[in-house]
Order: sequence, then C-alpha cells, then structure tokens
Amino acid sequence: MIRTPRLEAIDLWYGYAPERLALRGADLVIEPGEFLGLVGQNGSGKSTLAKHLNGLLRPARGQVRLDGEEISSLPTSRLARQIGYVFQNPDHQLFSPSVEQELGLGPRYLGLTPSEVEDHVQRVLQSFGLQSIAQRGPGTLSFGLRRKVSIAAVATLQPAVWLLDEPTTGLDWGSAALLMDHFAELNTQGHSVILITHDMRLVVRYASRVAVMSEGRVVGTGPPAEIFRRPDLLQAARLKPPPIVELLQRLASTDVEVEGLTVAAACRSFLARHREKLG
Amino acid sequence: MTSLVEVRDLWYAYPALAGAAPEWVLRGVNLQLRIGEVVGLMGATGAGKSTLALALNGSVPQSTGGQVRGEVVIEGLDSKRHPVAELATRVGIVFQDPETQFLQTTVEAEVAFGPENLGLPVAEIEQRVTWALRAVGLSEFRNLTPAHLSGGEQQRVAIASILVMRPRILVLDEPTASLDPRGTVEVLELIRMLRSEHTILLITQDSDALLGLADRVLVLDHGQIVMEGNPSQVFEQVERLGELGLRPPEILEFAHCLNRELGASVFRFTDVEQAVEALRQAEAA
Repeated sequence: MIRTPRLEAIDLWYGYAPERLALRGADLVIEPGEFLGLVGQNGSGKSTLAKHLNGLLRPARGQVRLDGEEISSLPTSRLARQIGYVFQNPDHQLFSPSVEQELGLGPRYLGLTPSEVEDHVQRVLQSFGLQSIAQRGPGTLSFGLRRKVSIAAVATLQPAVWLLDEPTTGLDWGSAALLMDHFAELNTQGHSVILITHDMRLVVRYASRVAVMSEGRVVGTGPPAEIFRRPDLLQAARLKPPPIVELLQRLASTDVEVEGLTVAAACRSFLARHREKLG
Repeated sequence: MTSLVEVRDLWYAYPALAGAAPEWVLRGVNLQLRIGEVVGLMGATGAGKSTLALALNGSVPQSTGGQVRGEVVIEGLDSKRHPVAELATRVGIVFQDPETQFLQTTVEAEVAFGPENLGLPVAEIEQRVTWALRAVGLSEFRNLTPAHLSGGEQQRVAIASILVMRPRILVLDEPTASLDPRGTVEVLELIRMLRSEHTILLITQDSDALLGLADRVLVLDHGQIVMEGNPSQVFEQVERLGELGLRPPEILEFAHCLNRELGASVFRFTDVEQAVEALRQAEAA
C-alpha cells in the first residue's frame, strides 16, 4: 500500500471576480484512500474547489491542509507529487509536440535526472498502451486518446491523490468504464480518488462517499444511498438519482424488498428472495 | 411516409496522406429520416456519428475534401451539387459545445447572425429572432451575453440560432454531453417540443434519454449501421450494446440481469413504472 495523505479544505472562499464568488465557505475532508464523488450543478464550485486542493488556486480566505500542513507553505513540487489533477478538457493540459515529450514534462519539472525521466515515461507509455503513438503530436489524436494521454501525463508523477474533473465527458461508455476501472484499481492500492461528474450511475458504481456542492459550499456528504434519500440535497443540487435508485425508492412503499444501488446488487438482492418462486 | 433525408450506400474517407490508402470512416451507410420522426443515433467514439451528421448538410465532403461514394439527398437535393449554405437552410446542425459556436456579444445578435448573412430584410430577421427565442424559452434573455448563461441556456441559444434558419431537419450532435442534469432536462424538453414541426436526428450516448423520446434508434459501429429498431427493441440487447461500447438504459439492464439469472424471459419492462408493477406482481404471485 502507498502512503496517502489526508486532505482538508477549511472554509474556502474564492472569487474569479469580486462580484462572482465561486466558493463561499467550502469545507471538505478527503480521508486517505477514499473514493469520493463530487457532484453539483455547473457553476456550483466543484472545479474551483478541486483546483484549491492541489494548489492551482489560492483561496481568498480559508486554507487547505495536507496531513495537517497548510499547503501554501509547501513546495509546489511536493504538491504535484502528492496530488494529480486531470483537467476536464484534455486540450487545456497538453502542450508538447509529441506524446513522449508530454509525459516527460512533469518529471523534468520536478528536477529528476534524464534517466529517471526516461524510466517514468517508458513505464507509463507501457502501462497505458501508448507506445505506438509515443511520437505522435497530441493534437493529431482522437479525443479518447487525448483524454488517455492527459491522464498518463499525470500518472508519470505517481500522485497519491487523483482529482478527476469530469474525466468521462466525451467518452463512450466502454472507454469510460475502462478508465474508471483503472482508478478503482488504483483506489484498492490505497490512492484517494475524487471524481467530479454529473453521471450519477458512475457515482453509485464507483464512489463510496458523495459530497454535494451548491452555490460555492459543500452542502452535504455521505454514502450514495444516504445522499439519494435526502430530498433537500437533491433539490439544492438539482440531482436526479439513477433509475435503479428511483425504482428502489418506489418499491420501498410496497411489499417488494430489494436492496443495492447498482443493477448487479439490486438483481442479486431481488433474486435471493424470489428465485425459487420464479424459477 | 416521405423521406426528408435519404442516405444511400454512403462511404466516406477524410483526406489521406499522399500515397496512403483511404481510411473509410463511413462504410455503406443507408439512412432515411421521415417527416416528423425523432431518430436516435448511438455509437462508440470514432464510430462515424459526427461525420455522418456533417454529411447531412454537405459539409462532408464539400468542406472536408476526401473521398466519397454513394449519395445524400436532402429534400430532393443532391448534397454534392448544392452548396452547404443552401443545404443549411434545410438541415440545421447543433454541436456539443455551444460556446465554441458563439461569435456575438448578445443573445439577440447571435441568433440574428445566420439570417443576416442570408441577407433577409430587417423586419423578417426581427420576426424570426423573436419567434426562435420564444420557441426555446429565452425571450427574456435577448440582451444578455451568451457567455454569462448556464450551459443549458447556452445550448438553447445555439438551438435558437439554428431554428431561426427555419430548417425542417435538425441534427443535434451530443447536445447534452457537457451539460449538468438540469441543463440536460431543459434541452430534452425542448427537443420534445420541437418534434411536432421538425424531423430530428439526435446523436447521444444517453440511452435513458432516447427511451422515451426516439421513434427509432440506430447504432453505428466502425462506419456501419449495425443495429436498428424502436428503442426498446434495440436496448433489450444489453450484451450486444456492451460489446459496442454503449450503455443500455439502467432499467432494461436490470430486467436483463433478472432474466439472465433466471434463464428465462420473465421480465419485460422498460421504465420505472412498469418495473414497479412487474416486481409487485412477482412478489404477490
């Protein structure tokens, strides 16, 4: 297991302009090794909060602590090694003339020796299956591949905590599931993963805890099952539970007993009680 | 029913490097869009969905070059012989990211941009803009800056700026992909309203949305249409969809799981209401 830090955002305030406050007292704790879904409407402050967690943005008020230390006192290189941020749009993150050079940027920036840089790059090219396009320009690749390269570029730093900002937007379900399975695997190795998404089916499938944002604050946290049972939160963040959760909630007032939030779990649970009758 | 759009055995390859063999992105697509239909088009990334969309107003191949075989006929017009500007008054295309389409500083100017370029009289432009903004529910937003609107509102401005050209055919290329749930609902509601007067091709990864909305669903894979039928017919084939990289509606996935485990087709429901009913009956039996 790797050692993953605890991250804590305390009363963060931030405005892109004085009249446009994006964060209004946001609090959030990310425990080492957890898989957190960060949800809420566009403009509720999800990305702004995430960018504070790795020091990309500095709060007007409040602070972010990494294992108890205020991050503004930490060197950027240490932050970059601990916390990786994958941008919503891969094109905001890719600058180099080739995939290989792109992957070398982070390690070089951290001051690693050329042979260490080379080791990191080769390892990641291989684990992401990118060897055949190592010399291609990121701009010439399909969206799905640019997404992959943008994640591979962060992976070269081997961060303990991953901040994923709508990583599956623009991907089909097959590619999205592969990508998320990769992060589920990293999570079992002890990495923390924070997933910003509008896709509640992904949240239910991968996240063990959900933080709901509305108007620049975290207005509720809890396991998905609990969050989806709170009409106040669903209303505040305009969230719609996935169909299977809706079905289970409807069944709760009937004689039918089913549990679970995913198709697989609900299916198992229903059959456990009814298989004999139906078989 | 008469077809407004007729695609016959369409093959297309983007321009290849000198000496390289063409890579066919569309490989023998046949498609008909009939008056008043909403047709859902799904497919993994790279399947050719957007290329097909661009072929419907002639941008492919007129703007892109490359090699083309077969034909696209829009309301009787061959797309190779009529300029994109002319075809665009018949087929309006809306893309995923509205911001990338905005050029003007007010909603009104944005929506008026197309008709102004057609050289229409001022009074008619005014009338059309008023109508289009009302159609998408944004009359109050006329003087605002598109950049200050929410994602759903921006997408509705983009749709208004297409409606204003009065096309009978609308092609919406993943219009909800970058929207939050609220914006998605806004845009889907709008599509529901527009269906009475338009023929709509809706490209999306959201099978749950197509279930209650589309008359037909087509699935494109490597440039070929590999599945076609009404939404429940197509979405019942849960495993096949999975192989194609697509996610079926969750309720159908649930029915499929139950049936697979039971080894028999016991449950056939396509929405939450039907599922509640079917499961209660099973419980009572």
